[in-house]
Amino acid sequence: MADAVQSAHDTTTVVRRSKLQKFLSNKTFWRGLTALIVFTLLWEIGSQFKGWFGIEIWWVGKVAPPSDVLTTWISVVQRPGYWESWYLSFSRVFLGFIIAQIIGIPFGLALAVNRYFRDIFFPPFEILRPIPPLAWVPASIIFWPTTELSIAFVTFLGAFFTIVINVLGGARTIDIQYLRAAQSMGATQWNLFTKIILPGTLPSIFTGAAVGMGITWEVVLAAEMISGGGQQSGGGLGFFIWSSYMGGAMEQVIVGMISIGIAGYLSSSLIRYIGGVSMPWRRLF
Amino acid sequence: MTSSATKGAISIRNVTKIYDPEGVNVMAVDDCSLEIASGEVCMIVGPSGCGKTTLLNAIAGFHSVTKGEIYLDGDLLCGPTKPLAEQGADRVVVFQNGALFPWKTLIDNVAYGPIVQGIMSKSEANEKAADMLAEAGLGDVGKKFPGEVSSGMARRAEIVRALINDPKVLLLDEPYRAMDALTKSIMHESLLEVYDRTKVTIFFITHDLEEAIFLGDRVVVMTTRPAKTKKIVDVNIPRPRSYKTLSSEEFRLLVQEAKEAVHEEAIKAFEAGERELA
Repeated sequence: MADAVQSAHDTTTVVRRSKLQKFLSNKTFWRGLTALIVFTLLWEIGSQFKGWFGIEIWWVGKVAPPSDVLTTWISVVQRPGYWESWYLSFSRVFLGFIIAQIIGIPFGLALAVNRYFRDIFFPPFEILRPIPPLAWVPASIIFWPTTELSIAFVTFLGAFFTIVINVLGGARTIDIQYLRAAQSMGATQWNLFTKIILPGTLPSIFTGAAVGMGITWEVVLAAEMISGGGQQSGGGLGFFIWSSYMGGAMEQVIVGMISIGIAGYLSSSLIRYIGGVSMPWRRLF
Repeated sequence: MTSSATKGAISIRNVTKIYDPEGVNVMAVDDCSLEIASGEVCMIVGPSGCGKTTLLNAIAGFHSVTKGEIYLDGDLLCGPTKPLAEQGADRVVVFQNGALFPWKTLIDNVAYGPIVQGIMSKSEANEKAADMLAEAGLGDVGKKFPGEVSSGMARRAEIVRALINDPKVLLLDEPYRAMDALTKSIMHESLLEVYDRTKVTIFFITHDLEEAIFLGDRVVVMTTRPAKTKKIVDVNIPRPRSYKTLSSEEFRLLVQEAKEAVHEEAIKAFEAGERELA
């Protein structure tokens, strides 16, 4: 910590430092870590003493303390069902998410560049968009032959609308000067599309992806809870929470919740990483 | 990069442009005629919103004309039979706010034109782009993105991007607006250097009268909207010009002459604005 403070002021000398050293001297990292530790400590104290520093708060005692959660977690990770749940939820999220990208990006671009396409498809799209994905669950269970497919479909819907709206907005707000500059240098229509509109829309595509990913996790967990997790063992993280709740295992519920937090963080880190790689010019900002 | 001296003559004949947004006719250009010789630096000045850019857009093929014709080297660009000119790399535009593609490096930006026109392979174009950027003093930053270089560098790169297409005409729409005086003077010298080398016809819109006199062969003062030519100031200061020109008596008198003409129109434009608001 002292090193971190020191190096921040020490800008006159240029010393090559290893990545680890840089990481350890990163103030943001230390602040984040401290915040997490303090939060966990407050939680532990609150649960143990049913309140903080002599002030009694009745509901705090109902939450299992982090030490118990950790003990439960250690036993839970040894069960294959927990990891199967991870795998199941992740594969459902990514299946729905990837299909939503594959259909949503071209659909959004088509809406943006073609007037006739927009006139025909935008009104039904706008009517379907406000329907929450979870409202589709009953219809989806009836319509699709397997539970797995209906979960995938609802997940897909969760991401699809967000992706399309972002792509459409992004493509429509590309500065007309870029298009004119390209045209005045002899670009063909196809070239305008692939070399100007597509890269110009990439930032919005990734914004849509980040938001869509969050919605996908929300939807998949709810769908798992409602549908009973499908036939496979494990059943997904949503089902894990639900069955733990039904069995009265409060520590396990919290394990499931934190697992989802970690899973969501990993997913959005992945999107940020891909975004950074595919948009090198955006790393400057 | 030597262009023959016989190309790039623009003839604007009785051009009128009426915009028709929701039935309210706005006449932007009224019966405007202007002959620009090949290899001329023609500076267009006039009050804001007077229709200068409309004229540029008509030459570039971004907007149609309502009446009149525009010719490039005797060939019809647009006229009654073809109101919208085709866009082409013989008339490259450099925009007010800069339009380098932010997602391409400077080299890739410059190489873009020859690649999309299919006249060079990717590697040839990249090589030529790197050479031309180096010639313009931008050799070190070719691999950077536009967001990583200064606005002056970006604007110079944009002119290089236009020149690689070997255009007949460069259309510049207030390219150095919003630049500080120091950067501007460096831009001017670099543009003059480019011009002395290529003798490309330049159609340059600006608000800055000193810029206009310093760079131009002729300065065309436009009237307030609808635009037509009000006065043409011939600038007979010999080339190559340098910053020393700026302090000559000749330069000062020409600026004065142009200023009087513009001022008159500025007052009219202001009064017209007052009337519209009243």
